[in-house]
Amino acid sequence: MTQRDYSMTGPDSAWAVQTGLAAADWYHTDLPRKTMKDLMKRTNGPAIRDTAILFASMIVLAGFGIVLWPTLWSVPFWLGYGVLYGSAMDSRWHECGHGTAFKTRSYNDWLYQIASFCMMRNPHTWRWSHARHHTDTVIVGRDPEVVLMRPPALARVIANFFGLVDAWTAIGRMLTNATGRLTPDEADFVPRPEQPKVIRVARIWVAIYATVIAMAFALNSILPLMLIGLPRLYGAWHHVMTGVLQHGGLAENVTDHRLNSRTVLMNPISRFIYWNMNYHVEHHMFPMVPYHRLPQLHEAIKHDLPAPNRSIPEAFAEMWPALVRQLRDEDHFIKRTLPDTAKPYRADLHATVPVGVPAE
Amino acid sequence: MPWIDACATDEIEQEDLVRFDHDGRTFAIYHSPDGDFFCTDGLCTHEQVHLADGLVMDYEIECPKHNATFDYRTGEAKRAPACVNLATYPTKVDGGRVLVEV
Repeated sequence: MTQRDYSMTGPDSAWAVQTGLAAADWYHTDLPRKTMKDLMKRTNGPAIRDTAILFASMIVLAGFGIVLWPTLWSVPFWLGYGVLYGSAMDSRWHECGHGTAFKTRSYNDWLYQIASFCMMRNPHTWRWSHARHHTDTVIVGRDPEVVLMRPPALARVIANFFGLVDAWTAIGRMLTNATGRLTPDEADFVPRPEQPKVIRVARIWVAIYATVIAMAFALNSILPLMLIGLPRLYGAWHHVMTGVLQHGGLAENVTDHRLNSRTVLMNPISRFIYWNMNYHVEHHMFPMVPYHRLPQLHEAIKHDLPAPNRSIPEAFAEMWPALVRQLRDEDHFIKRTLPDTAKPYRADLHATVPVGVPAE
Repeated sequence: MPWIDACATDEIEQEDLVRFDHDGRTFAIYHSPDGDFFCTDGLCTHEQVHLADGLVMDYEIECPKHNATFDYRTGEAKRAPACVNLATYPTKVDGGRVLVEV
C-alpha cells in the first residue's frame, strides 16, 4: 500500500516534479475553436442577476433574523442566511477568482473580496492555491486543495459540515499572516512579491473581527457574530456537501480530469448556491467557461465524459463506500466507465503513476 | 532581423488570435477589434500554457488555464497569476499577409 505525503514540501511533491507529473499536459476533449469562443464569451447579465438575488436574500433573511432574535422563530432565517454566507460565497469566491463570473473585471474583484472574507480565505493566498489546484489537480504533494486525502479523514469532513476544522485553521492562518508571516506551504505557492498583500489583508480582517467581537461584548449579545463570522460555521454544510463530491473517491496522480473529477446533476437551488460547479469535469477541463455556460459545455462534450451522477444522494452512494474502503486500502479508487463515444483513457498519460486498485 | 511571413490577414477573426510556430519557438498573432495585428510570445509567462486556446477581449488575452491576462499590445501582465510580462514583436501587413519580426 502506498503511503502518501500531501504536504507541498514532502517527498511526493519532489516525486511529482521529477516524473513530470507536475505541470503536465492534460487530456482535453476536442472542441472547435468557434464553439469554445462562444462558450468562453463573457457577459455581466447572469452574474448581476444572481448577485442581486443573493444579496437581497441575505438582507431579507438577516432582517427577519434580527427582528425575531432571540426567539426560536428566528432560526429558519438564520439557517437560510447562513447557507448564503457560508456556502454560496464559496462558489462566488471560486468563480470570481477565475474572473469568469462577470465581464467587468472590477465586478469580479469586488465580489471576490467579499466572498473571500465570508469564507475566511485570504484572497491572495487562495488565488495562488487555486491556480496550483488547476495546474496539478489532485496530484499528491502538489495540489494544496485536496479535501479528501487517503486515508480519508472522515471525522474532519463531518466536522467541516459545521466549518469547525476549516474555520479554526483559517483563523490560525489569519493570525499568523497578521503577524507578518506565511506558513511553509503558503510560502511554497505564493510568489514572494505577492506575500505582503497576504499580510495586509490578514491585518484588515483581524481588525474587522475584533470590531465585531467588541460589538458583541458591548451589546452583551452574539447577534453581531450571527451576522459576521458564525455563518461560516452554521452555513457551511452545503458547500462541504457539494465540495467533497468534486474529487472524492476518484483517482489521484492522473492527468485526465475524467478520472479525478465528478459531474453531478443537481436541483436548481443547489445549483444557484453552487453556481453550477456541479459540472466539475467540464470546469476543470475548460476553466475559462463562465458558470452560466457550463450546462451548454456539458451538452457539447458529454459524449466524451463518464455519465454524470444523477443526484447528490446518488453521488454520495457512489463515493462513500470508496472512502470507507480507502480507510484500510489507500490505493483504492473509483474508475468510472466511459461511453462508447468517448476517447479512451490514455495509459501513456499515466505511465509514471502508481495505478492503485480501481473499482469500475 | 528579417520579416517572417506568419499568416494571411483573413486567417484570424477580429478579436481573436492564432498560434504561429517558427524556428523552434511559438508565438501568438492577434487581430485586434480595430483591425490591427500584434504578436507576442505564444506561451503564458505563468506556466507555459499556449495562449492560442485563450480568449481575446478587446486588447487583452486571457490564458486558458489560470485566467492570467495580458495586454497583447504591450505584453503587460494585467492579472494574476501572471507576474511577468509577455515579450512582444513588431508586425506589419503586406499584400494581405501578416509579417512578424521575431
